[in-house]
Amino acid sequence: MSNPKYKWIGTRPDRPDGADKVTGRARFAADFNLAGQLIGKVLRSPHAHARIKSIDTSKALALPGVKAVVTSKDFPEQADLTVPAGEMQVNLRDVTRNIMAREKVLYEGHAVAAVAATTEAIAKQALSLIKVDYQILPHVIDVAEAMKPGAPVLHDHLMTEGAKPPATKPSNIAKRIEFAKGDTKAGFAKAEVIIERSFTTQAVHQGYIEPHAALASASEDGQVQIWSTTQGHFQVRGFCARLLNLETSQIRVTPSEIGGGFGGTTVVYLEPLAVRLSQKSGKPVKMTMSREDVFRASGPAPGGNVHVKIGAMKDGRIVAGECTVEMQAGAFPGSPVGPACMCSFACYDIDNVFIVGFDVVSNRPKVAAYRAPGAPISSFAVESTIDMLCQQLNMDPIDLRLKNAATKGTKTAYGVTFGVIGMVETLQAAKDSPHYKTPVKPGFARGVAAGFWFNVGADSSAAAHVGEDGTVTVISGNPDIGGSRASLALMAAEELGVDYDKIRPVIADTASIGFNFVTGGSRVTFATGLAVVNSVRDLIRDLKGRAAKTWGVDPEGVIWENGMAKPAGSNVGTFEPLTIAQLAATAGKTGGPINGHAQLNVTGAGPGFGVHVCDLAVDADTGIVTVGRYTAAQDVGTAIHPSYVEGQLQGGAVQGIGWALNEEYIYNAQGRLANPGFLDYRIPVASDLPMIETVLVEVPNPTHPYGVRGVGEVPIIPPLATVANAVARATGLRMLDLPLSPPKLSAALDAPRPLMAAE
Amino acid sequence: MTDIQFKVAKTVREAASLMAAAKGKGRILAGGTDLLVQMKAGMVTPGTIIDVKKIPEMVSITETKGSYRIGAATPAAVIGEHKKLRKAWPGVVEAINLIGSTQVQGRASAGGTLCNASPAADSVPALVAAGAIVTIQGPKTRRTVPVEKFNTGPGKTILKAGEIVVSLTLPARPKTSGDAYLRLIPRTEMDIAVVGVGVSLTMKGDTCVSARVGLGAVAPTVLLVEAAAKALTGSKLDAKALDAAANACSAACRPIDDKRGTIRYRTKIAGVLLRRATAIAADRAKGISRPAHSQQGH
Amino acid sequence: MAKIHVTTTINGAPTEFLCDPSQTLLDVLRDQLGLTGSKEGCGSGDCGACSVTVDGRLVCSCLVLAPETEGAKVETIEGMAKGDKLHPLQKKFVEMAALQCGICTPGFLIASRALLERNNNPTETEIRYWLAGNLCRCTGYDKIIHAVMQVAAEMRESAK
Repeated sequence: MSNPKYKWIGTRPDRPDGADKVTGRARFAADFNLAGQLIGKVLRSPHAHARIKSIDTSKALALPGVKAVVTSKDFPEQADLTVPAGEMQVNLRDVTRNIMAREKVLYEGHAVAAVAATTEAIAKQALSLIKVDYQILPHVIDVAEAMKPGAPVLHDHLMTEGAKPPATKPSNIAKRIEFAKGDTKAGFAKAEVIIERSFTTQAVHQGYIEPHAALASASEDGQVQIWSTTQGHFQVRGFCARLLNLETSQIRVTPSEIGGGFGGTTVVYLEPLAVRLSQKSGKPVKMTMSREDVFRASGPAPGGNVHVKIGAMKDGRIVAGECTVEMQAGAFPGSPVGPACMCSFACYDIDNVFIVGFDVVSNRPKVAAYRAPGAPISSFAVESTIDMLCQQLNMDPIDLRLKNAATKGTKTAYGVTFGVIGMVETLQAAKDSPHYKTPVKPGFARGVAAGFWFNVGADSSAAAHVGEDGTVTVISGNPDIGGSRASLALMAAEELGVDYDKIRPVIADTASIGFNFVTGGSRVTFATGLAVVNSVRDLIRDLKGRAAKTWGVDPEGVIWENGMAKPAGSNVGTFEPLTIAQLAATAGKTGGPINGHAQLNVTGAGPGFGVHVCDLAVDADTGIVTVGRYTAAQDVGTAIHPSYVEGQLQGGAVQGIGWALNEEYIYNAQGRLANPGFLDYRIPVASDLPMIETVLVEVPNPTHPYGVRGVGEVPIIPPLATVANAVARATGLRMLDLPLSPPKLSAALDAPRPLMAAE
Repeated sequence: MTDIQFKVAKTVREAASLMAAAKGKGRILAGGTDLLVQMKAGMVTPGTIIDVKKIPEMVSITETKGSYRIGAATPAAVIGEHKKLRKAWPGVVEAINLIGSTQVQGRASAGGTLCNASPAADSVPALVAAGAIVTIQGPKTRRTVPVEKFNTGPGKTILKAGEIVVSLTLPARPKTSGDAYLRLIPRTEMDIAVVGVGVSLTMKGDTCVSARVGLGAVAPTVLLVEAAAKALTGSKLDAKALDAAANACSAACRPIDDKRGTIRYRTKIAGVLLRRATAIAADRAKGISRPAHSQQGH
Repeated sequence: MAKIHVTTTINGAPTEFLCDPSQTLLDVLRDQLGLTGSKEGCGSGDCGACSVTVDGRLVCSCLVLAPETEGAKVETIEGMAKGDKLHPLQKKFVEMAALQCGICTPGFLIASRALLERNNNPTETEIRYWLAGNLCRCTGYDKIIHAVMQVAAEMRESAK
């Protein structure tokens, strides 16, 4: 399905890093080693909440082979200052406490000390020699419990921001936010049907297969080099500079290939520890997390409690919507409750909306971003409630959504008025899909739900360098997490008018390209893509100048077409076109190396909408759900490399299916995580799934030269409600709490229940 | 640091003496799929690791007059590839082939799984239903014990110092017999059984003339549920007999609430799986083949 | 701790190494032999990223002790391409975008090859169950399964 407007965009060439990744040659973080490196290990808290009375590291330091030990004393105190981290915000005072506990440990797995030793075995033994004297404190895991008066308070300084009335004493509620549009009181008064329910979801982990890893080498003159697995090496540099009082120019971070992330690797855990250990020992230090460490001590996505009330007319027109979201932040403030609130009703054009959100701390690891942070949680609740409305009004779930769909000019509850968007087109495409047109098989039931994400722009830099032979290196600074090299090369080839294989995309370290915001928020193909396009345009400007010089004409007299400089018209003169190779060959005479570059703060990200359809069966005796058919439709703007766009939809959908069915953080009475491994944290396996059909709806984003919209976030949003809605239609039972694990679903199926005619 | 020894035993006697010499710190390495995970987690620190996979008796399958002897360290994949055994004891082979992934199948063994003594072990309920006999070698003598008497609690067995499991023997049985194993897991693969049920039946026409039922993951050890077998024996596997057998399985449960399942759920599922496994076993006894890959039986 | 001397064959090449008695094959491959194509995703046999074959049998190298490979033939991802010629599975994975981040890819390739060597006509369900021990968090498995099915079809075609 190549795009007729373009030569390269919309084609599916092999990715530039393909050979490296199928031969084992590609280097991920744990594959980097330096001569003489030490192995670093972290001592982690066994307690959910405790005061650290003292730490004695003397015996560990005395162990032969141990070269350095660090505790919070080795990291300077930080100001109460909030900075962006991926799609979320973090407070530096909290970040330094999260990488190394200070006054208290706030969750099981919280780092309290780290050692560097000549071997892993010695490092492990050293950890066992560190004596930490804890005063165990009462803990709280559940958000509803944490919000209650009398709950154990995690932070004595935490006063609820935005509280009404203003907070007078510390609590676990970090923030209250509110969004309003119209008059919901009037809206509900007018409504002919009102449905109101409370939903819960559990914390889930991004589940990237590569555990966090970092290698750091600090030299005596203050220079630091870091190799790590991250979605943002500039953020690693920034955090390390702040947390260790270094200048950014002293730190050079090289991103490894990255084994998944989905938002979870936009913050730092090991990097500052490895640097500090390297500074103290004078040796390179390599650190890797175990899978258990990843589950216990990196940032999962939050669980939340969502209360939804929707009012509608009998024709299906929604006239009022209310939503309250209480969201886990983990041990420190900063849950994605903001985007959860903003996305809740954003698919729909509703006159009266009122949304309240609470950011709540508890004794869990600090949450991190996970694909469309927050949105799946509020969307699960809203889309489930809308499905109940469809059932009650006996309306087709796509038709009811079409009746309410946001379009160009719709004003959202959070204040933005949409430009060109594809919600209606996506609903229509789902309705026209082979899946939706096929009757549901006997024994199966069908669910539908929609989802919305803003998509992100932000800072990007790129450069395009012409080699002596006229081939081009395109340099950018965002780790390639799912094929973005291919997309960037395709856009560069299209813009420059040369073949895809004449473009080599490279991801540079922090010292070799200007600043780039993280790979996240579905921004790379959009924003860094725009930087690449602009760098190529800059390059073309340079190339045209070289041709002008060669011909002795004004630069304005040269045009660029099909990868060649040509005279703009016959008045300029008669010259044979000059190819890049020809211009490169004479570059020394026309001004030296030929390069282009661009740096910009990109705005105008085009929002994305997705509509998913799922057919599933429920084994009434066991509560086991079998997904039989699944389709994801989405407005993708323009699919630059359709295979990788489809891949985003498929991968996101399956993560969402896992979230709906089996994934959850399970805590025991002591506040310890009971399932910190892939055995009992159950991400979907190949045999759990059917093929994931995709429908790419192309409604170009008018603010991007190729119409790109981010595509990575949206697909994780609809599956939670899509699955739950199908289960409701299969069983007549509306499940309000995720996951729909077999024991839970079976218990609900067996519980006595009143017959609900509408369901 | 502890000094771990790695030894390769060439004979069963040698393995047993190495175990005896290790003075309680010896660990037999068969497939290693439990041992290595436990070592990595710091749950066990062996003094001596004794690899038994070079002992022919422990990695082979032999048939004598319809009875099969399976070497305790035989990889599950090898057992699954043994066509005659698969035909004779489809339930046992299926159960062993449900232990872990394809990769784990390349290593995990029925003997190792038995000695790991997890109450949720796939394979053990099917072996209990089959009436398997465990052959144990000590430093001096051999002894045998019915498989249901082997485990005494989670992680606990009747093995004495210096004893190792050599093989499992499945008895010969009439042609009109069939067995089946079903387990319930939340996903389709890669999980530990929430409940596992093994059923072995001998039919005479439509009448069940003998039955054995093994039940896993619902008590500290895998159970032989005699009441369920009694309910099936002599019946035509009619609704009343199945109800009684299912109830007997549920009644036998002494489960716990944990991250994998609840007491209520396990108790219920024990009965559900009994019914489904019995239907498959009966079909097999009658010569109707039933495919694998539907572990929940739906 | 006394080291053990092991003589083995890795990707066809006679290889000797010294290891600790409790060291895994994965650790030796990655840390001593520089064969970092096999990945450690969990260290407990739950993700399949460290898949290799030992004497033709598909295993997780994190669940094999290095001394056990004495005299054995070990095949890793580094031995899958022959010279500069990619294995058909490697080619097809790139062609059909059956990878996103690529960390699970070596394990999937080794496991898929082991399947196709036994059965060049697997059903979709058989492929999905065979590969259930290989976790992929990026792709939703769809394009991986398609790629394996396509290679199997081409193998059958060329075997005619």
